[in-house]
Amino acid sequence: MHITVNAKPHDISAQTLAGALAELGVVSPAIATAVNGLFVARDARATTRLAAGDRVEILAPMQGG
Amino acid sequence: MKVYDIELHSNLMLGTAQYPSLAHLTGAIRASGCAVVTVSLRRETADGTGAGFWDMLRQTGARVLPNTAGCHSVQEAVTTARMAREVFETDWIKLEVIGHADSLQPDVFGLVEAAGILAADGFQVFPYTTDDLVVGEKLLAAGCEVLMPWGAPIGSGQGLRNPDALRTMRAHFAGVPLIVDAGLGRPSDAAAAMELGMDGVLLNSAVANAGDPVAMARAMALAVQAGRAGFLADPMERRDMAVPSTPVLGLAELM
Repeated sequence: MHITVNAKPHDISAQTLAGALAELGVVSPAIATAVNGLFVARDARATTRLAAGDRVEILAPMQGG
Repeated sequence: MKVYDIELHSNLMLGTAQYPSLAHLTGAIRASGCAVVTVSLRRETADGTGAGFWDMLRQTGARVLPNTAGCHSVQEAVTTARMAREVFETDWIKLEVIGHADSLQPDVFGLVEAAGILAADGFQVFPYTTDDLVVGEKLLAAGCEVLMPWGAPIGSGQGLRNPDALRTMRAHFAGVPLIVDAGLGRPSDAAAAMELGMDGVLLNSAVANAGDPVAMARAMALAVQAGRAGFLADPMERRDMAVPSTPVLGLAELM
């Protein structure tokens, strides 16, 4: 299934957001996720099913003003 | 300064971006004595540097105020705020909804809308806004308990472009914490803001872009303390004409 993760194309076999994160090797606990512009809480990642073309964002702490 | 029922031991808030190194950043946080630092969220990198930065920041003991910097729409800002709440484990959010990419002027209409959504969702919103009174009223009505008016455009270092407007805000919003958020460049700017009765200042570029960020953080802390003490001491009124300070009575006739 083709999806976009942080603006880069990926081909994944996982069906859920949690599965996609594992497949992509994202293991940091200090991340937050969104799918198609909407926040997906940590507890909801395992039950959030992905569809082809979905836009996933994985954000992490960064310096800010 | 007390915001959202939290008593802060310093009137200075410090941004964490643009420092020459993480050592400069931690040095500046310590030298400023700030109680609050602002942080952001960006796309996770392959090496996972975000977690390291967050671990380092937590060790400073400063309370974090995540921002929605770079968001140009209500949905972007609301989604970013919700993501920040999960990562940083705080209901505090410095809400930015930017109207122009060049001027970084707040989109105050989107700001009010996003503030209402987030306040209803349990956030404690710190809105980056202009010095407009009506916008300030609408932000308070939306659930904000603090206002963060700009001093000048973000990162410009111009100081207070419109001190009269800030003075008016102080008079109009008695009891509401007011924190000048953007555009300060020098310690005298920070002192001037505090002399107007602002409750605090948020600095980033002014410290991070200084030749010696740690020394500037210390200078800013002194300026904020001096300005606050000056405001509380009730400065004299300005006069148009000179008034002799040395007594005239008893002056000798020596001509």
